[in-house]
Amino acid sequence: MIVRLLTEGQYEVSEELQQRLNELDDRAMAALDGGDEPELDRQLEEMWRLVQAEGQRLPDHDLRPSEVVIPPADMTLEETRVLFSEDGLIPDLPARAS
Amino acid sequence: MAGLAQRTSTVIKAKLSKLIGRAEDPAEQLDYSYEQQLRLLQNVKRGIADVVTSKKRLQLQTSKLEQELVKLEDQARQALAAGREDLARQALERKSAAQQQLRSLDTQIEQLEAQQEKLIASERQLNAKIEAFRSEKEVIKAQYSAAEAQVRIGEAATGIGEQMADTGLAIQRARDKTEEMQARAGAVDELIAAGTLDDFTSGQTQLDRELAQLSSSSDVEADLARLKGELGTSEQQKQIEK
Repeated sequence: MIVRLLTEGQYEVSEELQQRLNELDDRAMAALDGGDEPELDRQLEEMWRLVQAEGQRLPDHDLRPSEVVIPPADMTLEETRVLFSEDGLIPDLPARAS
Repeated sequence: MAGLAQRTSTVIKAKLSKLIGRAEDPAEQLDYSYEQQLRLLQNVKRGIADVVTSKKRLQLQTSKLEQELVKLEDQARQALAAGREDLARQALERKSAAQQQLRSLDTQIEQLEAQQEKLIASERQLNAKIEAFRSEKEVIKAQYSAAEAQVRIGEAATGIGEQMADTGLAIQRARDKTEEMQARAGAVDELIAAGTLDDFTSGQTQLDRELAQLSSSSDVEADLARLKGELGTSEQQKQIEK
């Protein structure tokens, strides 16, 4: 599976790693829903650490899309909410300007 | 995955499909997408330039404050030598305030540095993907029927679109940081202008004036003493000559 660490790049991860990420991811989601930012940061940090340590970095020119995208751990709760809001993400995509 | 990462991915793809699915004709769609990519690349370059400008401004403030520290230290020494402990204390208090500002500026510069590096990495990745997309686009145009092309465009466009979303977020974050820094740098300027933190840089503060008075009065004293001395010697000489 291909995973993107948002603002960092793409990695190929194994089935086994995918399972572990899954668990962390569910906890991250629960933390977000509960508004628990420190817990959210911890889970995201751990996911980043795992992917960076055990995933295989994809070359920059690889055009394949990722199956999942992990937001940065230093993202604030507010930023995360904006990410999920109707048109908050990628406010700069040039398509809007045209 | 039903968690945060999956949701993020879904959100990004949903937004991209709106973006990508504009043109009917596959070839047109490819060219349109390519134009967007190039524009985004321009945005990254501007973003990097903004961060650098902001960083330079903070560095300028840093060097001003560093000069201030030296000056205030000198003033404190002069004041002490003149037996004016109150003035020396005042100078040292200002020095401490300037030092605090300096430390916070250093942290801010580091943060901007980190944003700059992120953006440069993002630019490199986007560049590589745009190159890959450009050759892919020519292959698709040349080799596939309209129906097949649609599918292949969808894949390539999602791949690069994701990178665009990624880069877009990096730009946004750098911009937020830059704006925050500019506001803070502006606040330091304002503080200096309002005299709250004292305008260290524009010469005459109350402290400067008092020190100037002090030194001018001691100059007067010194001159007086010198003149007295000369007068004394010439009187003595006259006595000897007699």
